[in-house]
Amino acid sequence: MKVIAALFSIVLGVVLLVAANDLPIWGDPESPVSVHLSSYFIEHSVEQTSVPNFVTAVLADYRGYDTMFETAVIFCAGITVMTILRRSHRLRKKNVPPRPVREGQDIIICSAARLIVPMMQLFALYVLAHGHHSPGGGFQGGVIFGASFILLALAYDLKTVLSRLKEKTMMLVSGLGVLVYAGIGVLCLFLGGNFLDYSRLASILQVTEIEARSHGILGVEVGVALTVTCIMLSLYADLASGGEMDEGL
Amino acid sequence: MADFIQALLGHYNNWAFILLLMIGFYAMIAKNNLIKKVIGMSIFQTAIILFYVSMAVKKNSTIPILDHGHGAVEHAIDVAAYASPLPHVLMLTAIVVGVATLGVALAIIQKIHRTYDTIEEDEIMEIIAQ
Amino acid sequence: MIQSQLPILIIVMPLLMALVIFLLGHKNEGLCFYLHVLGMAGLFAAALGILDQVVTSGTAIHYYLGGWPAPYGIELVIDHLNSMVIAMVAAVTLLVAFYSRQTVPAEVPMRTEHEKVPLRVRNYYVLYNLLVAGLLGLTATGDAFNLYVLLEIATLSTYGLLALGRGRAYYATFKYLIMGTIGASFYLLGVGYLFIMTGSLNMADLFTLLDTAFMQQSMSITIAFAMILVGVWVKMAFFPFHGWLPNAYTVASTTSSCLIAPLMTKVSVYVMIRLMFSVFSAQYVFEILGWQKIVVPMAAAAILFGSISALGQKNLKRMLTYIVVAEVGYMVGGAWLGNVNGYTGAVYHILADGMMTLCVFMAIGAVSYKTGDASLESMRGIFRKMPVTSVVFLVGAFAMIGIPPTCGFFSKWYLVTGAYEAGQWLFLGALLASSLINAIIFFRIIETGYFPDFNKAHGHGHHTDKTVVAEAPLSMLVPMVITASSLVLIGLFSKDIINNLIRHSVPPGLF
Repeated sequence: MKVIAALFSIVLGVVLLVAANDLPIWGDPESPVSVHLSSYFIEHSVEQTSVPNFVTAVLADYRGYDTMFETAVIFCAGITVMTILRRSHRLRKKNVPPRPVREGQDIIICSAARLIVPMMQLFALYVLAHGHHSPGGGFQGGVIFGASFILLALAYDLKTVLSRLKEKTMMLVSGLGVLVYAGIGVLCLFLGGNFLDYSRLASILQVTEIEARSHGILGVEVGVALTVTCIMLSLYADLASGGEMDEGL
Repeated sequence: MADFIQALLGHYNNWAFILLLMIGFYAMIAKNNLIKKVIGMSIFQTAIILFYVSMAVKKNSTIPILDHGHGAVEHAIDVAAYASPLPHVLMLTAIVVGVATLGVALAIIQKIHRTYDTIEEDEIMEIIAQ
Repeated sequence: MIQSQLPILIIVMPLLMALVIFLLGHKNEGLCFYLHVLGMAGLFAAALGILDQVVTSGTAIHYYLGGWPAPYGIELVIDHLNSMVIAMVAAVTLLVAFYSRQTVPAEVPMRTEHEKVPLRVRNYYVLYNLLVAGLLGLTATGDAFNLYVLLEIATLSTYGLLALGRGRAYYATFKYLIMGTIGASFYLLGVGYLFIMTGSLNMADLFTLLDTAFMQQSMSITIAFAMILVGVWVKMAFFPFHGWLPNAYTVASTTSSCLIAPLMTKVSVYVMIRLMFSVFSAQYVFEILGWQKIVVPMAAAAILFGSISALGQKNLKRMLTYIVVAEVGYMVGGAWLGNVNGYTGAVYHILADGMMTLCVFMAIGAVSYKTGDASLESMRGIFRKMPVTSVVFLVGAFAMIGIPPTCGFFSKWYLVTGAYEAGQWLFLGALLASSLINAIIFFRIIETGYFPDFNKAHGHGHHTDKTVVAEAPLSMLVPMVITASSLVLIGLFSKDIINNLIRHSVPPGLF
């Protein structure tokens, strides 16, 4: 088995090396990747969406449809993990594995976490809101926000976090995040445009069409951040506690 | 032959990703431990991300964010000064998909461990065969 | 207005319905089912609307998401080929939605400590809707990378649905997860090579860019094509890559296997056909590469392997999964014959096979719902106990064997003609042999089902012990009967389907 696997991977490697043969030279500014579509985005995204960060503009507007399903993928993973790991009450009583018991909390770690967590959450909001101008956006902000809760769970315990952010609320908000994204898309539909055509939001927001695109991007990024935050925490809580939602690690 | 070697050396960025890809692929097929398989899967996906990101590189260019944000629209934008944004966007999506798959894989492994009390593939096969 | 928005509605409707069920469904599970059926009915109506639109206008519908023009934004393209696949997917999901009324609460009930509601039923329907959104999205899309994202959402929800099965489901799902990730990653790698060579992701744009002598000679493009093919083949369980399918589908719950077995493989076959002819061209695939010399014999091997493995199975569901592997061989082989009849047979078989796989899986599901298992023995005396189910099974079996006027006959007819024209004798032989083997398999089951207990009955001379009729509930019977009658209808109207839909989608370069 190991020999066959090694053979397969060597064949794969050789095939890919051969394929690499007539690829453009690395870093060539004239390569098709840099010229065909990307140059259009670099030249036009500011005038069309008023977002200086090209990645954000392409992610949430030109290819916003991809990103919507990306959010749905995250949501889907959260539900799948929850559904797989959760056990019935009956089964749980019958077959309880010994759960780790934590002895007290470390005062240094707890105090440090108490200091860091608010900073992290503030920074997460900054990353989310400043995604138009600097590296950042919904995913990044959401992950940082989710990580702040995970840090809390590591320093204290899972129950502390789940008493502040109930699991039910968590899942509800993650669904809401996707709903915000798809809802903005449908709103554009009702305003007479195509799905996710944010320029139609201009009539509601009382701004120009180009600014409306920028605001629309912010709207969907908020939706993304909500889903990512909650699913990151829920994945951690489910996986760390084996679906028991009690002590964890 | 010399041409071929020349071409290989010109694409040294691809070597890194192909090597990672081979390691990941091998681990996914050959490893007996399910967690190691999943680690292999992550390496495999990371290799592809590296491939995409490396194609966005342009010599002497910077991150794909316009300098001086607003108000600079009147200036002509120098395309060659910014790395291509599109591969980055695509990989943001692929990373998210990777995280989702990883989460589901770990959850399934926990369930397998609960059922069979092991995560070694050959031992699971033995239990199933009984 | 709604007319022009139909292409996006068929994708967004199930996505929104997933969220609505998710947010409202924790009140009670009955609501989940009704919301779900409502959503699926709306979806089916929308799919028919699109089909009608395409047939009457005779041209492809282009839908630009976000209002961005084609190569820059993502576009949906719905032409004669995928409007048919969309209608098939919508029909299957609607029928399975009705069917799930009894099976889902019976197979995935679970109460958690925190909440009184059986969350699993709600989550099941949420995943179901996400799967449908993914499948329809990847059928409708005209963007190579968007296809990857939707393929992943479809497979990810499949993992969830399969893992809810019993016993060995988790290990089988894990195997599928590893294989599925390899498949998706190969596809992504192939798209990466196309992207690095052309700089584009839009299928129509790629088609134009690849249509140059330089691109057609390029080694990178050839390997990109190979990577994409391998990726899609893994997803559809084409012969050497089929290992995950029988295990994963056998241990899945009844509803999951009814939903996933007809859809996942067929949609993957559609994706292969789409990529072969809309991204690459018939000329590139058949003349410049000429890989049909390898792929068609591979398809023949798939058919023979699937059929012969099915012959040896005791568990009926497992037997059907091997037949699914064989059917994938039919479609891949047909698409690779490189002539119009082969193409017609393959595309028609996507529709026909989707419906007939659904039919037999539903019938076996109903038997195992009543008797508790799905072995050959459970079929004993089934004609008396469950007359309607047995008739449905009979129709499905006839279609699988290829007896007219069921649809199975017509797809085989075109495939055989195509194989004859292309001179692919091995494939032709495999097609005929598999029909024969299918006949043996199904007549063995029918025999078991018809004669309750041969030895005992013979001794009495006359049946005195009347078996009580114990049919499956109406919620299962109605979709089953509709499916079975659709098999005959698709067969009877095969000329119309082929002339109005499939002939219009034949790619240039096929003869």
